[in-house]
Amino acid sequence: MNDLAMHILDIVQNSISAGAKWIEITVIEDIIRDILSIIIKDNGKGMSPEAVKKVTDPYFTSRTTRKVGLGIPLLKQTAIQTGGDVTIESQLGVGTTVRADFGYSNIDRPPLGDLANAYILLLSANPDLNMVLNYSCNENTYSISTDEIKEALDDVPLNDPSVVKLLNDMVRSNILDIQSLADN
Amino acid sequence: MNKIKSLDDLRKMKQNLSSDISIREKSNNPEKMVQIRVAMATCGIAAGAREVMNTFLEKIEKDSLPIVVTQGGCMGYCYAEPTVEVKVPGKDPVVFGHVDSKVALEIVDKYIVKGELIDGILPVNYQTIQEKA
Repeated sequence: MNDLAMHILDIVQNSISAGAKWIEITVIEDIIRDILSIIIKDNGKGMSPEAVKKVTDPYFTSRTTRKVGLGIPLLKQTAIQTGGDVTIESQLGVGTTVRADFGYSNIDRPPLGDLANAYILLLSANPDLNMVLNYSCNENTYSISTDEIKEALDDVPLNDPSVVKLLNDMVRSNILDIQSLADN
Repeated sequence: MNKIKSLDDLRKMKQNLSSDISIREKSNNPEKMVQIRVAMATCGIAAGAREVMNTFLEKIEKDSLPIVVTQGGCMGYCYAEPTVEVKVPGKDPVVFGHVDSKVALEIVDKYIVKGELIDGILPVNYQTIQEKA
């Protein structure tokens, strides 16, 4: 994985497979406390305490097409390398929260990457889910959700390439604004 | 085009968007549209599926092609990622392996638009993902 946005794309697929109807992606760049956190919360089917223990094991997967599951292990490895960690909370029938913390200034921390693109790709591929994005950099936050976009666009399909491009640009410029506020 | 920044800007853009899309939407019957499914599991993403997905979206937007792009899971072809499943109406679905941005454009230009076969097709020994789901 070259950047953290790729990890987000990957981990959210787990939520989708778990049948979530609501997925909240929160990215917090806390430069002052030197922590970058990614929190992915869903209302999918959840996991038993035994399954939660096993998800960081690369040889554990719920799929049948192959015998390994590397999404969480790769995320955990990267987090630990930067002095952080991954914590998973889950309850059967309620949902799962995956939280990854990274040392912000750690040399081993991959760049955040194109968060707007990751979010919009997920949103457009799953227009029936409510995908929420909260992005914070220091004290400023930008939030957006599938439901808000749908409300604004009425019946315009979210997976149309021209809409994808437009939404991408919109979310990206808002994220850049928040980042430049932190730079000043 | 004005820069879109807020949901209000989106609301204002809605009219223009609707007319743009109507061309594509005329055949808004998924059965009649070409479907491209990019495998986006850990293996696919790590191998570059995101760039492939973006390339398809840009190409389709640029050329206004009647193609839907969706995301799929891992089909067990991890060695050949990024993989892309293309379903042209009336034809059996085909899976292409080792797809990068260059191959993605070739798939659209040659396989989908002109109907020519290109390298990189993986042997068929699976059912379509839709049947499985």
